[in-house]
Amino acid sequence: MRVVEKRQLLSAEEIGRTLQRLAHEIVEKSGGTKDLALIGVRRRGVPLSQRLASIIRTSSSVNVPVGTLDITLYRDDLSTVAHQPVVQSNEIEFPVDDRDIVLVDDVLYTGRTVRAAMNGLFDLGRPRRIRLCVLIDRGHRELPVEATFVGSTIQTSDTEIVEVRLQEIDGEERVMLVDRIS
Amino acid sequence: MLQRLEHVLGIENLTREQITFILDQSKPFQEFQRHPLKKLATLRGKTVALAFFEPSTRTRISFATAAARLGADTMNLQAESSSLKKGESLLDTVRTLEAMRPDGIVIRHSSSGAPHFVAERLEVPVLNAGDGTHEHPTQALLDALTIRDRKGKLEGLNVAILGDILHSRVARSDIQLFGKFGARITLCGPAMWVPRELESLGPNIRREPRIERALDEADVIIVLRVQTERMHEPALAAEEFILGYQLTSERLRLARPEALVLHPGPMIRGLEIDPVVADGAQSCVLEQVTNGLAVRMALLYHLVGGAPVDAPHPAKERSNAAD
Repeated sequence: MRVVEKRQLLSAEEIGRTLQRLAHEIVEKSGGTKDLALIGVRRRGVPLSQRLASIIRTSSSVNVPVGTLDITLYRDDLSTVAHQPVVQSNEIEFPVDDRDIVLVDDVLYTGRTVRAAMNGLFDLGRPRRIRLCVLIDRGHRELPVEATFVGSTIQTSDTEIVEVRLQEIDGEERVMLVDRIS
Repeated sequence: MLQRLEHVLGIENLTREQITFILDQSKPFQEFQRHPLKKLATLRGKTVALAFFEPSTRTRISFATAAARLGADTMNLQAESSSLKKGESLLDTVRTLEAMRPDGIVIRHSSSGAPHFVAERLEVPVLNAGDGTHEHPTQALLDALTIRDRKGKLEGLNVAILGDILHSRVARSDIQLFGKFGARITLCGPAMWVPRELESLGPNIRREPRIERALDEADVIIVLRVQTERMHEPALAAEEFILGYQLTSERLRLARPEALVLHPGPMIRGLEIDPVVADGAQSCVLEQVTNGLAVRMALLYHLVGGAPVDAPHPAKERSNAAD
């Protein structure tokens, strides 16, 4: 499948500022950080969640625990693909019961990833609350899923893809809108 | 580019990369065993046939649990091993399985090559749970996972295998696997159970009839069960075997200080293994069982899951689906 880059949606600085704002919103709207925990959805939710935790630590002097969730086993599209995707482990060192969890991911699209992430979390325990934080909300929901903390909302078409590129994974830092060409 | 796994019939057909891939993929399933809720929907709607034509409790339960935790249904076939001509009974086996249309077949059979026979005739993934005296690949894989976790690596180990090696498919699979990772393998047991031909199974294999010498410098000791059900010649007297080949605490001290003791189970305490060793710090037997579940879940996930072969590969489609 070939793609063509259409335009840049966020620059490196804009990503940085957005994460600063999101981190502050999370603290403000949590009514206390005692039970708060961030869980990043593999793959790109992981560095985002770690950066958010780091900002919260620096600005509020609060150590919010961070975990990593792999949702491969909970996907709803596995029966449609021939080669099973590679599974990775979760890395959640704290108990999930009664926690105020913020799930972190790069892009919110159909909502199926978030549904799978919630299933994964429920296998680990019973959180008190789950809210969602995403860098980009690109619309086109196929399930009743919403994000509480949104970096940026963007109108997209079905053929377009929002590519979040992060230093930790992609070696560069920006958000691009690309289009599929047949 | 990793060659896609279609069946797991034996370690002999797996590359080192494929083995490493399976072990790596077992790790998330090890972690899964610690979840409060051990039930996935990943293989929901799939049926795994557990065709055990030889008696088995442990392996069958392990595969059944692995399938259930992945959300699959199982068909339990437990037939007595047929004394009819090999060709006929296997054909019947294949036809019976085909009629039930499973999504995967786990087969244990007293005839070496039975899983291959089935894999050639059906369009269904086949997992060998033990065929005659040929191979028991999932046992070797769980042994490897256990060793890799404790030792940090699989390369260049000194592995001693003790006991009735002639009749042991576990030994053959272990020899194949550790051979691929450059191990130095020492086979030790009563002469009639350790024939010379076994040395040709790999590049660095030697026989050593004296257990004290076999254990010298060993990093890993695999203790085999005395296979009374597979023996047609008169058995060795138990006292003789214990005297010459039991793994006692004193003998264990002849191996390297951190040497691991593995046993495929079930153990006969006081025969091939001293109970003190079986329960000691170097014994990995319980980890082997837990790891067996993880390995079997990983294999069922990759072999039984997914659509027919011509469906698209998720990694090849860039999208905003989870990567």
